[in-house]
Amino acid sequence: MRRKTWICAILAVFLCASGAVAGMLDTVKQRGVVVAGVSGKVPGFSVPDDKGVWRGLDVDFCRALAAAIFNDAEKVKFVPVTTKERFTALQTGEIDVLSRNTTWTFERDVQQGLDFAGILFFDGQGFMVNKKLGVNSAKQLDGASICIQTGTTTEKNVSDYFAANNMKFKPVVFESADESTVIYDSGRCDVYTTDTSGLAARRVTLSKPEDHIILPEVISKEPLGPAVRQGDNQWADIVRWTLFALINAEELGVTSKNVDEMLKSNNPEIKQLLGVEGNYGEQFGLTKDWAYRIVKQVGNYGEIFDRNVGPNTALKLNRGQNALWTRGGLIYAPPIR
Amino acid sequence: MSYVKTVRTRDLPPPPTESGLIGWLRHNLFSSWLNTSMTFVGLAVLLWTLPPFLGWALFKANWLGDSQNACVQPMGNPDGACWVFIKVRFGMLMYGFYPEVDRWRIDYAFLLLAASAGPLLMAGLLSPKHRDERILMVVPSLAVPVILALHGAGPASLALAYLAAPTLLSRLGTRTGKLPPSTGFFGRASAIVAASILAYWAGVLAAQTLQTGLEGVIGLVAGFLVFLLPTLRRSSSAMWRLALLLTVYPCIAYAFFIGGGFGLRYVETDLWGGMFLTLVLAGVGITASFPIGVLLALGRRSNMPVIRALCIGFIELIRGVPLISVLFMVSVMLPLTLPEGTHINKLLRALVGVSLFYAAYMAEVVRGGLQAIPRGQYEAAEALGFRYWKSLRLVILPQALRLVIPGITNTVLGLAKDTTLVAVINLMDLLGILKSALADSNWLGFTKEAYVFAGLAFWVICFGISRTSMRLEKRLRYGNR
Repeated sequence: MRRKTWICAILAVFLCASGAVAGMLDTVKQRGVVVAGVSGKVPGFSVPDDKGVWRGLDVDFCRALAAAIFNDAEKVKFVPVTTKERFTALQTGEIDVLSRNTTWTFERDVQQGLDFAGILFFDGQGFMVNKKLGVNSAKQLDGASICIQTGTTTEKNVSDYFAANNMKFKPVVFESADESTVIYDSGRCDVYTTDTSGLAARRVTLSKPEDHIILPEVISKEPLGPAVRQGDNQWADIVRWTLFALINAEELGVTSKNVDEMLKSNNPEIKQLLGVEGNYGEQFGLTKDWAYRIVKQVGNYGEIFDRNVGPNTALKLNRGQNALWTRGGLIYAPPIR
Repeated sequence: MSYVKTVRTRDLPPPPTESGLIGWLRHNLFSSWLNTSMTFVGLAVLLWTLPPFLGWALFKANWLGDSQNACVQPMGNPDGACWVFIKVRFGMLMYGFYPEVDRWRIDYAFLLLAASAGPLLMAGLLSPKHRDERILMVVPSLAVPVILALHGAGPASLALAYLAAPTLLSRLGTRTGKLPPSTGFFGRASAIVAASILAYWAGVLAAQTLQTGLEGVIGLVAGFLVFLLPTLRRSSSAMWRLALLLTVYPCIAYAFFIGGGFGLRYVETDLWGGMFLTLVLAGVGITASFPIGVLLALGRRSNMPVIRALCIGFIELIRGVPLISVLFMVSVMLPLTLPEGTHINKLLRALVGVSLFYAAYMAEVVRGGLQAIPRGQYEAAEALGFRYWKSLRLVILPQALRLVIPGITNTVLGLAKDTTLVAVINLMDLLGILKSALADSNWLGFTKEAYVFAGLAFWVICFGISRTSMRLEKRLRYGNR
C-alpha cells in the first residue's frame, strides 16, 4: 500500500514536470530574450568567437527567431547544452528552443516530447580518404581500416553499410574526434568517417588538407533542425515559420541588402512575405513585418549558409543537398499565403 | 718537547673529487654503476625529447599576429607552436563570456584575495610573533595604492577598509568588556546568534531603503561582523584576518562577480567562464568541503547512533559513486523532479555537487587524523575539565589536522583538477572554453597548443597549492621539530 503511494507520488511529480505551460510566446516576450540551447563545440554551427560572440548556422537561426519576435537579433541568450542534457533542458523549460544540430528522428519526435520545426541542414555520414589510395567511391573500401568515434551512431551506420554491400572493414575506435583525426592524419587508418559537415571541419585540421577527398556516398540520413517542446502550437509555429521565412526569402531572391527595395516589389509572394500585403505575422502573435525583420537583420537562408559553412569559410561546404529545391537540392518551404 | 706542534696546521682541503661540482656529480649521479647508467639513460631521454619540444614550443613558435594566417605558410612557421591562437583567445580563456568592460571586477576581487590571504601564508597562520604582525600590516597596505591606480577610488577605499579591518577589530575586541559571565555558554551563544540575525535584517533593511541592490550580501556582512565581534574578542589580527577572509571576503567577491548594486552591472552566472570559473569552483569547493568534511568525520566517530549512521551513510554513498554521475544527476535528473518553472542555477548545482562530494573524501582524511591521536590526549583534555567542543578546538583538532595536511592537500588537488568534469553539465570552465575555441572554424587544428596551455595552467594552480601546503606543514610542525 505504502509503496503504491510512493510510486503514485513520483509519477505525479514526473507528470507535472512534463506538462506544458501555455503561452510560450508571452513568457519569452515578458523575459525579453529567447533562451536557445546550442552545442558550442561544432564548427560552423555554434561556436563563440574570440570576443565571445556566438557564430554559426544554429546560432543565426536563433537570431532570426529573436529578430522576428523582438525586432532585435541580439536578444538571444545562448546556453550550451550537452548531447545528454539537451532534451531535459527543453522539457523542463530551461531553454525555449533547441538549435543544436539535432537529428530529427521518430523516437525524439514521439517519445522525447519534442516537436521539430523543420530541417535547417541536411547532413549525413560520409567518408574521407587520402587521394593516394586512388579510391573514388565508398564501394571500393573493402578491407579498409576506418577511424570511428565510440558511442555514436556512426559506428552502427558503417557496419550496416558495409554489411549491406558485402564488404569488410577494420574499425579503429577512439573516444574523441580530435584523437581520431590525429590518428587518421598519421596514416594509421585509411578512412575517416563522421557526418559530412564534420568531415569538412576535420579536413581543415589535417597537415595536408588538399591530399584528402570526401567520397560522394552519404550513408545515413541526418536531417538537423531546431526543436521545441511539445504542447505549445503557437510557439512551434513561430519557430517553424521563421525557418520557412528564411528559405522563402532565398527562393524569392530577397536578401539583407535588397530587402528594402523588395518592399516595393510587385510580386505578391514577396509582398506577403515582407508584410506589405496581408497580416500573416499578426496571426501568430508577431507583427506584420516579422519576416522583413528576419531578412533585414540576419539575412536569408543562403546568406546564413554562406556566412557560416559556405565555400568562403574554412569549412568550404558546397550547398549539395542543402541547395534550394529549384536548384536540385532538398531545401523547400511551404509558401506564405 | 720541540716535536710537539704549538701551532695548528691548516686543514687540507677535501680532495677535488669529493667537493665542488665534481664531488656533487660523483655523489649524486655517478656513485655506482647503476646510478651512472641511469644518468646516461636520463640524459639520452632528455636529449631525445627536449630539443624537439623546445623547438616547437619556443624557437619555431609563432607569437605575432592576430589571425590563423600568422601561423601557416607563407607568413608563419607551421612547424612551430601557434601561440597566437592562445593570445587571441586569452581574454575568453581567463574570463569566459564575462563582459569585457566588467572584467576588472574579477581582477579586483582576486587582487583583494591575494593582498589579504598572501600575508597570512607568508607570516604563518596565527603566529604570535611581532615580525609577522608587521608583515600582516605592511603587505596589505602595499596593495591599496596598486588598487587605487588600477581600479579607482571607490574600490580602493573598500579595499583599504577591508584590509585594515583585522587590525582595528582586534584592538576594538580587546577593549570591549566581556559579556556577563552568569549567562553561561548557551546563553551567550544564543545572544550572539540572535544579535547577528538582527544585524542581518538591519543590513537588508538599510540596503533596501538606500536602494542599492545586493541586500542579501550587505545583510550577511553585517550579520558576520556582529557574530564575530564577541566570538573573536581578544584574538590577534591574524585570527581576525582569517575569519574575515572566510566570511566577509566571499560576500565582497560575490557582490563584485554578480553585480546588480553599487553601480555594478548585473552579470548572470551563465556568462562566467574560463579560468575564473575554474578558480571559483575550486575555491568554493575547497573552502566548503573542508568544514563539512571535519563535521562529517566527527559525526562518524560520534557516540550518538543516529548522527553516526547518517554520517556513515552519506560518506559511503558519496564515495560509492563517481563525481561525474553526481554532476549528471544534478544536471539531468534533478530538474525533472522539480516543479515546472523552477530552475536552480546551474553553477550553484555544480558547486553543491562538488562540495558535498569532496566533503565525503575530506571526512575520511580527517578521520585518519582523529584516529592517530592517542587516547591519552582525549582523556587528558577531559581531566582538565574541557567539554567536547573545547577539547576538540584546543587539543584534538590542532594535532589531528596537522597530521593530515598531506592527505588534505591530495584531496584539494584532486578537487582542483576534477572541476574540469563540469564539462558534462556544459559549464564553460577553462577546458570548456578551450574546447569551444578549438571548434572555431577560423582556428581549426590547434589542439596541441590548447592542451599544452591547459596543462600548464593546471600545473601552475596545482603546484601552487602543493607548495603552499608544504609551507603550512613546515610552519605548523611545532611539536614534531
